[in-house]
Amino acid sequence: MQQKVAAPAEDRVTFTLGGALAGAKKCVPVAITGCAIGLVFGTLAGQAGLGAAEAVLMSAIVFSGAAQFLVLGLWASPLPLAAIVLTTLIVGLRHLLMGAALGPVFSRLPRLKAYASVYFMADENWALTMGEFDKGRRDGAFLIGGGLLMALAWTTSTFVGVMFGGAVEDPARWGLDFAFTAIFLALIAGMWKGRSSILPWMVAAAVSVAAHHWLPGQWYILLGGLAGSLAGVVRRGS
Amino acid sequence: MDLDPTILLAILLMALVTYATRAGGLWIANRFELSERAGAWLDAIPGAILVSLVAPAVLTSGPAEALAAVAVVLVALRSGSLPLAMVTGVVAVVLLRGVMAGLM
Repeated sequence: MQQKVAAPAEDRVTFTLGGALAGAKKCVPVAITGCAIGLVFGTLAGQAGLGAAEAVLMSAIVFSGAAQFLVLGLWASPLPLAAIVLTTLIVGLRHLLMGAALGPVFSRLPRLKAYASVYFMADENWALTMGEFDKGRRDGAFLIGGGLLMALAWTTSTFVGVMFGGAVEDPARWGLDFAFTAIFLALIAGMWKGRSSILPWMVAAAVSVAAHHWLPGQWYILLGGLAGSLAGVVRRGS
Repeated sequence: MDLDPTILLAILLMALVTYATRAGGLWIANRFELSERAGAWLDAIPGAILVSLVAPAVLTSGPAEALAAVAVVLVALRSGSLPLAMVTGVVAVVLLRGVMAGLM
C-alpha cells in the first residue's frame, strides 16, 4: 500500500451523502434512457427463454448492458457457459482502464467504500464522475449515487420488459440509440483541454473506428481507449 | 418462478467476471506508486475511452449521425447542460434521419 500523506485542503477526497445525491441527480437523464434500453433487454431476454427472475437477477448483479445484450445472442440449450463467460470478460476489459483512472482519487477512500462503489461503475456514471473530478469536485460517493439510480432503473425496466415484452418498439425509431452517444459527446466537449487533447483523441477515434470495422464485439472501446491514452503520454513525454 | 441451476451459474459467473474487471483496474492503480508518466496516462484515459465509445457511431453511421453530433457538441459547449444536449441529440438525429431518408 502506498503511504497516505496529509492532503492539502483542495486535494481532499470526501464521501458524502450530498455527493451521492449529486451523482444520482446528474444521472437522471441517463437513468431515463436506461429504462428504455432495459425494456428492450427484458423483452429480448424473455424471447431468449430467460424467466423473469433470471432476467432481473442478471440485470441486478451483472449490471452491464453491453455484456447482457451480447450473451443473449449466445443463449441456447445447453448453455455455452465458456462462451458466455469469455464474452463477458472481453466486454468488461474496458473497466480495467476506467477503474485505473479512478485510482488517484479512489485510493484515498476507505477500501470498503472504494470497492463497493466500483460494483456500480458503468460507462455513464463513471464518465460523469471523471467530469466532476476534472472540475475539482472530489466526492467519491458521486459514482455510487449515480450507479444506484441506474441499477434501480435498469433492474425495474428489465422486469417490466420481461413481463410485458413486445410493447417496446425498435428504440432506433425514436432516436434513443443516439441518446447515450449524445451524453458521451457532451462529456467529451467538457473534457477538452486545448491542443494537448487533439493527438490522443484523434488516435482514439482512428483506432476505435478501425477496430469497430475489423474486429467483432466491443474491442474497439478498449483498443481505442488504450491507444489514445498512450498517445497522450508519449506526447507529454516528448 | 423457478431458477434453472445452469442459468443461475451462468449469471453468477457473469457477475463475478464483470466485478473482477470493475475492481481490477482500481486494485492495480492502488498497488503501485504512480510515476508522473503513469499519472499522465491515467489523466488521458477518460477522454480517450469516451472518444472511442462514440467514434464509430458518429463517424461511420452517416450524415444524420455526424450532423447530430455537431449539434450536440455546440449545445453542450453553449449551455453546459447534459439533459439539453441529450434531447438535442435525440431530436436532431430523428429529424435528420427523416430528411436523409426523404433525400435518398
